[in-house]
Amino acid sequence: MAKNERFSDPRYGPAERQMAESLVEIERQMLEEEAGEECDCKDGMFPGLTRRNLLAGGAALGGSLLTAGQGRADAPPGAVEYRVQPEPTKEQGRTILDDGGYGSRSQFESEVRWRYPTASLDSSWSMTPLASGHGIITPSGLHFERHHAGIPAIDPRTHSLTLHGMVDQPMRFTMDDLQRLPAVSRMHFIECSGNTLTEWTEPTLKTVQGTHGLTSTSEWTGVPLSTVLRMAGLQDGAAWILAEGADAAVMTRSVPIDKAMDDAILAYAQNGEALRPEQGYPLRLLLPGFEGNTHIKWLRRLEVSDKPFMTREETSKYTDLMPDGTARQFTMEMDAKSVITFPSGAMRLPRPGYYEITGIAWSGRGKVETVEVSTDGGETWEQAALEEPVLSKCHTRFRLPWVWDGEEAVLQSRVTDETGYVQPTLEELVNVRGTNSVYHLNAIQNWHIAPNGEVTNVHA
Amino acid sequence: MFTREFCIILSAALVAGHSSAQQSDTEEVPRTSAEVPERLPETGERAPESPPQSSAQTIENIDADAFVFGVGQPATPEEIAAIDIDVMPDGTGLPEGSGTFAEGEQLYQEYCAACHAEDLGGISDLGAARLIGGRGTLDSDSPVKTVESYWPYASTLFDYVHRAMPMDAPGSLDADEIYAINAYILGRAGILDEDTELNAETYSEIVMPNVDGFVPDPRPDTQ
Ligand code: HEC
Repeated sequence: MAKNERFSDPRYGPAERQMAESLVEIERQMLEEEAGEECDCKDGMFPGLTRRNLLAGGAALGGSLLTAGQGRADAPPGAVEYRVQPEPTKEQGRTILDDGGYGSRSQFESEVRWRYPTASLDSSWSMTPLASGHGIITPSGLHFERHHAGIPAIDPRTHSLTLHGMVDQPMRFTMDDLQRLPAVSRMHFIECSGNTLTEWTEPTLKTVQGTHGLTSTSEWTGVPLSTVLRMAGLQDGAAWILAEGADAAVMTRSVPIDKAMDDAILAYAQNGEALRPEQGYPLRLLLPGFEGNTHIKWLRRLEVSDKPFMTREETSKYTDLMPDGTARQFTMEMDAKSVITFPSGAMRLPRPGYYEITGIAWSGRGKVETVEVSTDGGETWEQAALEEPVLSKCHTRFRLPWVWDGEEAVLQSRVTDETGYVQPTLEELVNVRGTNSVYHLNAIQNWHIAPNGEVTNVHA
Repeated sequence: MFTREFCIILSAALVAGHSSAQQSDTEEVPRTSAEVPERLPETGERAPESPPQSSAQTIENIDADAFVFGVGQPATPEEIAAIDIDVMPDGTGLPEGSGTFAEGEQLYQEYCAACHAEDLGGISDLGAARLIGGRGTLDSDSPVKTVESYWPYASTLFDYVHRAMPMDAPGSLDADEIYAINAYILGRAGILDEDTELNAETYSEIVMPNVDGFVPDPRPDTQ
């Protein structure tokens, strides 16, 4: 039966019809899968997880929501499959606005976020496909995600932000209120402090998406947090602010008041449009350079205090256990880090020849000063070119031309930030912190190139 | 294999189909998404968003340099109380109520054991942490971080269970139930006597084994 003939009964509204279509499509894909193909979950690393089914389900749903009649459901997420014209110069292209007025990417582009196979689906994370990234901006739909209790759908008309505690006048702001206040737009990375956590003791994940995909850069727009704090009037002794989200984790972190008064933003927009739901729609806290977990999404409450609140995410989690059994707490600024995104893990260079090595570097303490690249495992270093603009607490793109002679090589990048801090080797990091600290691994990454062109994640 | 998403979509679709079929001749189903902007007369252009309206009751004495914008409104004590749920190490925020180990044992089996296991050992396939044990392991090669061995303050346990647990019905437990469940967890952890009744006063006196285990961030640390 043709797609638009199904569920044509008038008792189906458009939304129900779409859902019904999605269900049919998901079921079809699942049945196909059960009948055929090997499942890629059988590699033994994460037994029992059937990621494929989830992705198939998600893709089918995304596809059919978008296609609305024209394209086919197997276009990549975020794309519509149009008829490819054999001779585009000899017939008119498709008409303007047949996408409804909100564009989609090419049907030939398919990179997607990858969900790390955590046991819980509600508390999980997805990673940015850095290998296919260009420049420094992460497309909003590819920004990494970390949720502790799923993604809430929040109506901005009923959402508000309450500011109370050690202030002269407790205040409540609607989303409309916040959009009436003087705004700033800033480009900043957010990196989860769990980025690279699989790599402490041995090379574990294969791709740069898996090893480094918990960092993304966007342009964020919103109100400086200092503005609303000044409106409410901070009292003497105010030292910490509790930021709280409106998700089912009611996520909370304590933020030092100095950071709040410095460059923190109450962000309602990302890359020129409203925040994506996964990024905290309608409102998130942005603490430039601080570990990702502190950038509370779905922000509903700020409470000013003279002490930190000692929430679960700043005691049980996001603390770094040292070899002597003590744990570092409030490890906020993300140390400088860089990674080569091309060539990177699980790629295969087709043959010797000219390649441009490229990657990203960033620092939670300011600007990137220099990035050096080694092709011989750290024996010798060459300075890479930094693409302008080089912005504070923002991804910076670096590039270095390279002729691969077909011999074995180990590629590394090493960033120095404007404070003079130099990205350490893993050995240097482990010497100080041991291997049980989980978070904040910012060591130099090694990509091994074999004579057959295969690129693998190795430890030097 | 039915995934969680699949089941949710399925039930949403069934509910939606059902309720819309029922309601179609009685009332409109409230819309939960935005309309595409209206067209303007004559030119047919899409209307811009209307300017956001401040919720302020008064817009006098506006002075942007002094941070007086006539935007926002005072938060009332009731509005604050409705969402001010945090509990701090000094006991600030602990609600009235009380609970015992014996009550907590039952409640734990009912609300928590399915994920954190009857013996409080956690179920890793569900991502649900082990809650007790692990003392003395933090400086070893395989540290076991639990409420008992790692958490510096009991306040965090009250705060977190209240806001985020049980995972399948977060925020559903009342103060008595949380005092009781925590009396059970902390009792099983050997931190409390099994006959301690927890309430705001006794709770704020609890000293956790790893209270001195945390140090401030000393970085940069590699050069
Ligand atoms: C449906 C499964 C489920 C149920 C039921 C459940 N939990 Fe959990 N619990 C989890 C998951 C999953 C996490 C991890 C959440 C995360 O990753 O943020 C967790 C985390 C926790 C933690 C934090 C552990 C740590 O070391 O950080 C505590 C404490 C906890 N739960 C207590 C409880 C209590 C008490 C109950 C009963 C009232 C309960 N849970 C019921 C699944 C569950």
